[in-house]
Amino acid sequence: MTRRERQNLGTGLLFISPWLIGFLALCVYPALSSLYYSLCDYSVLAPAVFTGAQNYRDLMNDALFWKALYNTLYFAFFSIPLGLLVSLSLAVLLNFDVPGRGFFRVVFFLPSLVPMVCLAVIWQWMLNGDLGLINNALKPVLHALNSIVGTHFSPPNWLLEARYAKWGIIFTGLWSVGNAVVIYLAGLQEVPRHLYESAEIDGANFWSKTRHITLPILSPVIYFNTIMGLIGSLQVFAVPYIMTNGNDGPGRSLLFLATYLYQNAFDYWNMGYACTLGVILFFVILVLTYLARKLSEKHVYYAAK
Amino acid sequence: MTAGRQSKALRIVAFTLLIIFGIAFLAPFAWMVSTSLKPLNETMSLPPRWIPSVVQWHNYRDAINAMGYFWRYTANTFFICVMSVIGTVLSSALAAYGFSRIEWKGRDRLFLVLLATMMIPFPVVMVPIYSLFKNLGWIGTFRPLWVPAFFASAFNVFLLRQFFLSLPKDISESARMDGCSELQIFLRIILPLSKPALLVVALFQFMFSWNDFLGPLIFLTEQKDFTLALGLQSFQSQNGGTAWHHLMAASTLVVLPVLVLFFFAQRTFIEGIATTGGKN
Repeated sequence: MTRRERQNLGTGLLFISPWLIGFLALCVYPALSSLYYSLCDYSVLAPAVFTGAQNYRDLMNDALFWKALYNTLYFAFFSIPLGLLVSLSLAVLLNFDVPGRGFFRVVFFLPSLVPMVCLAVIWQWMLNGDLGLINNALKPVLHALNSIVGTHFSPPNWLLEARYAKWGIIFTGLWSVGNAVVIYLAGLQEVPRHLYESAEIDGANFWSKTRHITLPILSPVIYFNTIMGLIGSLQVFAVPYIMTNGNDGPGRSLLFLATYLYQNAFDYWNMGYACTLGVILFFVILVLTYLARKLSEKHVYYAAK
Repeated sequence: MTAGRQSKALRIVAFTLLIIFGIAFLAPFAWMVSTSLKPLNETMSLPPRWIPSVVQWHNYRDAINAMGYFWRYTANTFFICVMSVIGTVLSSALAAYGFSRIEWKGRDRLFLVLLATMMIPFPVVMVPIYSLFKNLGWIGTFRPLWVPAFFASAFNVFLLRQFFLSLPKDISESARMDGCSELQIFLRIILPLSKPALLVVALFQFMFSWNDFLGPLIFLTEQKDFTLALGLQSFQSQNGGTAWHHLMAASTLVVLPVLVLFFFAQRTFIEGIATTGGKN
């Protein structure tokens, strides 16, 4: 290493030192101690006692853990594709040459700025069984359906019925897809126009242009957003926690991994077990991200640069 | 630019759908504001009415009084937001400079490590961080909520690095020829050129701190120290299912500053978010 290189290394490290210290103290150290505590009986109030794999064995026999895992995967499985569908559709609509595009863009973006607590409070009210706006809009629709088909549908009491509670959370999430809409719209506007023009000469219609030009070019952005959505939805906590007034919903239908982790850590002071859940949560994220990556290798198109 | 030539029929369909979705997306806001201005009995009228028979502005005053520490919550939240913004802008800009404008061995490999840390969710490291702050005696103070911002966030470093890389190398080279130190180049040349990117980072951090719920929930202990987000949640869990008009008034008051901020900095927001997804 020359003198110049050594000097640069020193200066470089000095500049990144705020991050480096934070990385060691607030990331590496907590991650490693989480791993260690996951093998301990630990309550913060008393020193940790090493118990080997006991927490992991307990976890395997813990019905609540399996319930939380199921709920979390269920939520991710429906909310990610639905979020993708809604945000992509809105972005495609915004990309049409129609009046008021700027206005609509703001309208779709605004809900994503709403703080999580307000989001939960507003939607708790929206989804209220008798008085909520959602059910009052559904009632005439279901009534018409019932009188035509002869069925007996009535709108559910979303957050108070175990079967529907998670759907209440999923709908709440769909309201705040605005971030993704803005990202997709930016991606759409970078699609080179000549591609569409040559496709039009070949007689392509809107759907075939979307299918063969827009989606392939947008696929890296879709992939990025899906990974972000995956990481986010697997840690879902605040909205269901607030909507249930700090609980986990009817029949624990809103007990998610992060909820169960929080309960163990701060309701039961069972910190070791909470760390075990954290380690599992991390591995769930890792495995699913890896699968998404494998899947993307076939379908994501990167333009040669 | 739009997606090529579009038939008139298709554009009419698109416009109609935009209006329908637009109404659906605005409805919750309208419903919140409408409820916040109603007398209590009208929040329970069926079918629901959009326009209150009397507009009760005093619901807002009542909600503020019922929350108890509303102004304290506001001051606490502003304090945490401002400190976090200062901290993250300074530290993330320094780190981003080190990751982009100086060449050193192992730099790009370490940057990959930084990107990887974005994958680690907060709940996973929450317990050890909690016990760390507990050992420092910081539980029940604001420090756990703003001190970490002084150690740069991976996401903000990533954003600023992208911007710093887009500035030509020559400007640094000629400054070095003139005998400027790296710190001088950073402070006098790079930072002034990067105002738009720094603004994006400041805005995102402000929003994050304003919205944060889990952090205040675990680190704050005294009611009077709560942030607005936590204060609203505690108000809701005491009143849930009854005083909807007060709850919606309180919730409007917490959303409003964010919306006002958005209308002042609309371009920064939209462009900032568009770059986070586009450059990957």
